[in-house]
Amino acid sequence: MNFPVIKAAGFVLVHAPNIMMEHGTTITMERKNNPDSDYLQKTAQSIRSFEEAVNYAPNQVFIGNLTPEDLQELPRPWHQNPVNKGPQGKYGDIIPENEFYAVMKIADSFQLVELEEEFAARVKTILVSKNIFNDKQLDLLDKSSERDYIEKLVYSGKADGLYENNQLVGCVREAHESDPNLSAHVVFENLVAKASGILALKNLLNKNNLDAAQIDYIIETSEEAIGDMNQRGGGNLAKAIGEIADCSNATGVDMRAFCAGPAHGILTAAALVQSGIFKNVVVMAGGSSAKLGMNSRDHVNKDMPVLEDMVGGYAVLISENDGKNPVIRTDIVGKHKISSGSSPQAVIQAIVVDPLEKNQLKLTDVDVYAPELQNAEITTPAGAGDVPLANYKMIGAMAVKRGEISREELPQFVTQHGVTGFAPTQGHIPSGVPLLGYIRDNILAEKMQRAMIIGKGSLFLGRMTDLFDGISFIIESNSGVLQDSLKGNNEEEFKQEIRNMLADALQELARSMGGGRPSDE
Amino acid sequence: MDKSFFADKKICILGDRDGIPGPAIAECLNTVGGEILFSSTECFV
Repeated sequence: MNFPVIKAAGFVLVHAPNIMMEHGTTITMERKNNPDSDYLQKTAQSIRSFEEAVNYAPNQVFIGNLTPEDLQELPRPWHQNPVNKGPQGKYGDIIPENEFYAVMKIADSFQLVELEEEFAARVKTILVSKNIFNDKQLDLLDKSSERDYIEKLVYSGKADGLYENNQLVGCVREAHESDPNLSAHVVFENLVAKASGILALKNLLNKNNLDAAQIDYIIETSEEAIGDMNQRGGGNLAKAIGEIADCSNATGVDMRAFCAGPAHGILTAAALVQSGIFKNVVVMAGGSSAKLGMNSRDHVNKDMPVLEDMVGGYAVLISENDGKNPVIRTDIVGKHKISSGSSPQAVIQAIVVDPLEKNQLKLTDVDVYAPELQNAEITTPAGAGDVPLANYKMIGAMAVKRGEISREELPQFVTQHGVTGFAPTQGHIPSGVPLLGYIRDNILAEKMQRAMIIGKGSLFLGRMTDLFDGISFIIESNSGVLQDSLKGNNEEEFKQEIRNMLADALQELARSMGGGRPSDE
Repeated sequence: MDKSFFADKKICILGDRDGIPGPAIAECLNTVGGEILFSSTECFV
């Protein structure tokens, strides 16, 4: 079986403090209900500068300038111990908010984004120097507006403002005067997801020297609903993003599964590639403006900077087996079934233990697990704890329960098979995928053989079911042996391989008849 | 806490998606009595 491969991964982080203040739901709800609250004042005073966001160690792990191991060694709190690595990384970049507004303008197909004249000229100069967009796209920034016009739109409620240092520099207009799904607020959210998705896809292509025209299909896995009043959530961000990223031969689809979306998307991409339907499928997502500042109340109460000021994005290319890149084992897939149950133990059993057991693998056979990788410095002050650590402890506890390790070895299991969380709390963004670049590099360097990506989704938030969701898959080193070559040029090698496999199976059978489980050594 | 504490009580459950979710708490409480009026699970990540 020729498994598909993880050919490349790209990421982006956007520092977005003003978007957080205007569109983060925790902040906007407070402004509506209690506009003079201390919390709002404190939040406005606790915003990080772009330099502080760049020098924040977890962000540097996200773009590939540091490893999770490096992060573990750095002194905490990380927000008081800056690193000096710069905004460009191996896997992605960190970009400032004003440049992002320009990308929102380029991403806008319906002239809904207005930028003020001086601002537009200034950010155009910056974007030209970055060589990300073509001349036609950059020329869109010449269509700027007078400040008075933008002010009128915003003050009349027909547009949401774009701010830089508390100055209005642009806006996003409503796309329909009475359709709530095309309101300025919704269009703004969707454009943030689209623009950050474009940047992630561009980073995937540019940092890995990939030809955009080779992409056949795009699966977009964010959590925004694209549509109007007659088909809310009809789609399609995937094709819209591919259009701006010059993926001229692609079509695509939006897949939604809350935070589990990326894992569902990658498995679907793997199936499309392995079946031969498409050769190159990108799975990607931009980030969420609504989630910015989600736990900011607790951050400012503890005199911390508001750390949830980053919009994230990722893109990964799934391609035909090239005999080199790490494969997705489409035969080792975990799923949380409708009947699986919702207790943490039941969830890990279904997603992690069952697929390994079915394939005669032990929990200790997986070198690293990539569950949700939220940065604990963000979640712990808010009472949500260290999410990746909780997952690792539960996986380790299952290993103890199964007799694979002793109870005393649990802390060691967590250290050896887990990583320190580093991703921003952007819902689907932390869900396993931020580790894809690291996993691919380590497998290619033969420092790792096998990793498991775990996606989990809070389906109950949509109030259509009380169920949880989760799905997992294994990434493994490539054997370098392709099925066609076995059948054709190396028939004798193929026969020998079959003989070896039969011998292994018979040995396992003999061992199992001896009383122990086949997988026990 | 004695299990009988929950008998004849009306119960609202607020579960945490990354801790113990609502349905799991409800399943436990169903074994000790009480009437579950509301169960929800929230997400903070």
